[in-house]
Amino acid sequence: MTPAALRPATLAIAVFLVGPVAAGLIGTALPALGYLPAAGAREMSLTPVSMLMETPGLSRSVLLSLGSGLAATALSLLLVFLLLAGWMNSPVFRVLRRLLAPLLSVPHAAAALGLALVIAPSGLLVRLAAPFSPALDRPPDWLILQDPFALSLTLGLVIKEVPFLLLMALAALHQVDALPRVRLSESLGYGRIAAFTYAVAPQLYWQIRLPVLAVLAFSTSVVDMALILGPGLPATLSVRVAGWMGDPDLLIRMKGAAAALLQLGVSGFAVLVWIAGERLTSNLVRYMATGGCRLSSDRTVRALSLVWIYILVALAVASLSVLALWSVAGTWHYPDVLPRRWTVQSWLLAGSDLTRSVSTTLVLGLSVSLVAAVVVVAMLQEGVRARGQPVLRHGGAWMSALVFLPLLVPQVAFLFGLQVLFLQAGLDGSWWAVALSHLVFVLPYVILSLAGPWAALDPRYRLLALSLGASEAKVFWRIRLPLMLPALATAVALGLAVSVSQYLPTLLVGGGRVVTVTTEAVALASGGSRPLIAVHALAQIVLPFAGFAAAALLPRLLVPRLYSGTFS
Amino acid sequence: MSPLRPSSGLALQSLRLRLNGRVLVSLDAQVAQGTVLTVMGMSGSGKSSLLAALAGFVAAPFQVEGRIILAGRDVTDQPPQLRRMGLMFQHSLLFPHLSVGENLLFALPPGGSRHDRRERITMALTEAGLDGFFTRHPQTLSGGQQSRVALIRVLLSAPQALLLDEPFSSLDASTRDTMRCLVFEAARTAGLPVVLVTHDPQDAAAAGGQIVSLDP
Repeated sequence: MTPAALRPATLAIAVFLVGPVAAGLIGTALPALGYLPAAGAREMSLTPVSMLMETPGLSRSVLLSLGSGLAATALSLLLVFLLLAGWMNSPVFRVLRRLLAPLLSVPHAAAALGLALVIAPSGLLVRLAAPFSPALDRPPDWLILQDPFALSLTLGLVIKEVPFLLLMALAALHQVDALPRVRLSESLGYGRIAAFTYAVAPQLYWQIRLPVLAVLAFSTSVVDMALILGPGLPATLSVRVAGWMGDPDLLIRMKGAAAALLQLGVSGFAVLVWIAGERLTSNLVRYMATGGCRLSSDRTVRALSLVWIYILVALAVASLSVLALWSVAGTWHYPDVLPRRWTVQSWLLAGSDLTRSVSTTLVLGLSVSLVAAVVVVAMLQEGVRARGQPVLRHGGAWMSALVFLPLLVPQVAFLFGLQVLFLQAGLDGSWWAVALSHLVFVLPYVILSLAGPWAALDPRYRLLALSLGASEAKVFWRIRLPLMLPALATAVALGLAVSVSQYLPTLLVGGGRVVTVTTEAVALASGGSRPLIAVHALAQIVLPFAGFAAAALLPRLLVPRLYSGTFS
Repeated sequence: MSPLRPSSGLALQSLRLRLNGRVLVSLDAQVAQGTVLTVMGMSGSGKSSLLAALAGFVAAPFQVEGRIILAGRDVTDQPPQLRRMGLMFQHSLLFPHLSVGENLLFALPPGGSRHDRRERITMALTEAGLDGFFTRHPQTLSGGQQSRVALIRVLLSAPQALLLDEPFSSLDASTRDTMRCLVFEAARTAGLPVVLVTHDPQDAAAAGGQIVSLDP
C-alpha cells in the first residue's frame, strides 16, 4: 500500500487545509500570550488575557454565542428530521426539494439583510399588519431585530442551515436503506415519525454528523449574520472578537487574539454539550424503540412540522422579494406595503463601485474555485491510478474529518493568526493572501461535491480503455473528464458561491483593501440606505446564482451527447 | 396465536393496481389461513408494487381499486401501521444500530413490563435455536441466522398475514431450503395467510399453494 500522505496531491490537500488552520491557530495563540513582534511585544505575558477578563459584558457575549449556536443547530436538525420523517415520499417534499438549491446559494449575509428588512419594526411583516391596528400607524419600538436574546439571529441561522442539513441528509439517505426500513417499521404498527426516528434517524445522523458539527461550530462563531441580526450591547462573542481584531490599537488586537482563543473554547464547549445531547437522545430513542412505543397517530406533529417549514420558506422568499423591491424603491414610506415610486437610481448610484466590487468578487471566486477543482481532481486521480478508485470516498472517517477541519474550527480563531502571518510575510492586504484564505474554505466543499461522482463512475470504463491501448492520460482526457464535466461545473459553481459568501476572511486578511460585494453589503448594513443595501445584497445573490445557471448550461453545450439520451 | 375463524384469511376482491391509469396487476383471490398464494413474474411485472399495495404503501402515480379484506376487516383504506401485514424482504433488514434482541423488542407489540418483554425475546430466541444471541450485533450473524431473526421479528409483531418479497433469493442454496421450510411451517402453525412474490419456480413448488403468473 502506498502511504497516502506521501502522494503529492494528497499532501497538497493537507498543506492547504491543515496548514493554514494550524498556522493560524499558532499565530493567534502567540499574541494572546503577549507575543506580537509587530507591536514590539516580545515577552510572554498574560496581559491580553487579563484585559479580556476585565471586558464588561463578556460572559453575556459568551452565553449569547453558545445559546444561539446550540439552539439554531438543534432546531435546524430537528426540522430536517421531522420533515424527512413525515413527508419523505410525498409530492410536497418533491416541491420543497426543488427550492433547495436556490435557497442554498443565497449567501449568509444577503439572507440576513433580507430577513432584517422583513422582521424589523418598520419591516414588511409589521407593514402588512399595520392596516389592522391603529397602534401601528408608526413603526413600533419593539426590539424584534437585534433582540437582546439573539432570537432573530437564531431564526436567520435556521433559515440558512435547514437547506444545508437537508441536502446533506438527502445525500446520505440512500446509504441507510431509508424507505424499506420505514415501511417495515410502519407495517409493525409504528407511526411515520416513530418509524423514521427509531429505524432510520440513528444511522442517518451518524452519516451527517460532521456537517452537523460544522454547522454548530459555524453558528456559535458566525460574524456577518450576527452583525446584522444579532444583539448589539453586548454583541455575540464572535462579533466583538472581529471588532477587536480590526482595531488600530495593537494592544486591543492582542486582547482580540485572546478573545479568539476564548471563541475556540466556546465552540469547543458547544461541541461537548452537543455530544452529551447525542448520548442522551440516542439512549432515549433506544429506550422508546425497545419499549415498543408505537406513536401511531402523529398527524398533528407531521402537520406542524410542515407548517414550520412553510414559515421558513415564506420568510426566505419574502426576504428575497423585499431585497428586490428595495433595490428599485424610490419612495417607500412606512406603512406602505409596496414602494410608491420606482427608480433605478440606487443601481446607478452604486454603479462604478458596484462594478468594481462585483468584478473583484467574480475574479477572486472563479480563480479560487478553479484552482481548488484542479487540486482536487489531481488528488482523486492519484487514487484512481493507484487503486482504480479515488482516494477519498464518503465514509472514510479520518480523511473526512481532515477535509472538514477548516469548517469545524471557528473562523475567527485562526484567521487572526493568518493575518499576523501574512503581515510578517508582507503579504497582508494583498489579493493573493485573500485568495489563499478563501481557498481554505472552498476546498472542503469542492472535495465533497466531487468525491461522490468520481467514485460513482464504473471503474471498468478505465480498465476497458486501458486494455484497448489508451494511456492513462488519454483515459482521463477522453473518458473521465467529459463524463465528469457536469459534476466539475457544479463543483466550481459551488466553490464560487462559497467564496462569494466569505466575509471575515476577506475583511481580516484583506485588511479592507480587497473589497467584495459581501464586505461592502455588510459594511453598508449599519447605517447605509436601504436601497443601497438591497442593491449590494442582490449583487451578492446574483453571482452564485449565475454560477449555478452557467454550470447547468455549459456541459450541455460542450458535451451535448451526455444529455441527448442516445449515443449515436 | 390466532385460531382458525370462518371470516379469517386474506381476500383480494377484484384488486386492480394501476400505474398512470394503465392496469398493472389484476387479481381476485382468497388466501386461507396457513396457505400460500404465490405470485410469479419477471422483474418489472409489478409484483413488488402488488405487495406494496397490500401493505399500504401505494401512492400516486399508482392507484388501487377493489377491496383487501384481512381477517374480516376491510383494510383497503387503512394506513400501513393498522393493517397488521407482516413484511419480509430479500434482505433481512435487521437494523444495524440495534442488537438482535433490540431488533426483536422493536417488533413486539407495546405492553408488558420491560422485564417481561425481554423474557419473551429470550424465549423466542431459544425456541429458534439462537440461544444467547440477544446482545449479538446483526452484522456478526450469518446470512441464514439473519433471515431467522428477521422471521422471528415479523412473527413477534403478531401479524394477521405475511407478505414475502423474494425472501429467499439472497440466500445460498442449502440455507434457502431450510428457510423455506421454516417460513411456511411457521405460517401454517400461526394460521397466517401468505402472499409470496418470486421469480423462482422452486419457491412456488415449496409453497405448494395457488400460483398466479403476472407475465403476459
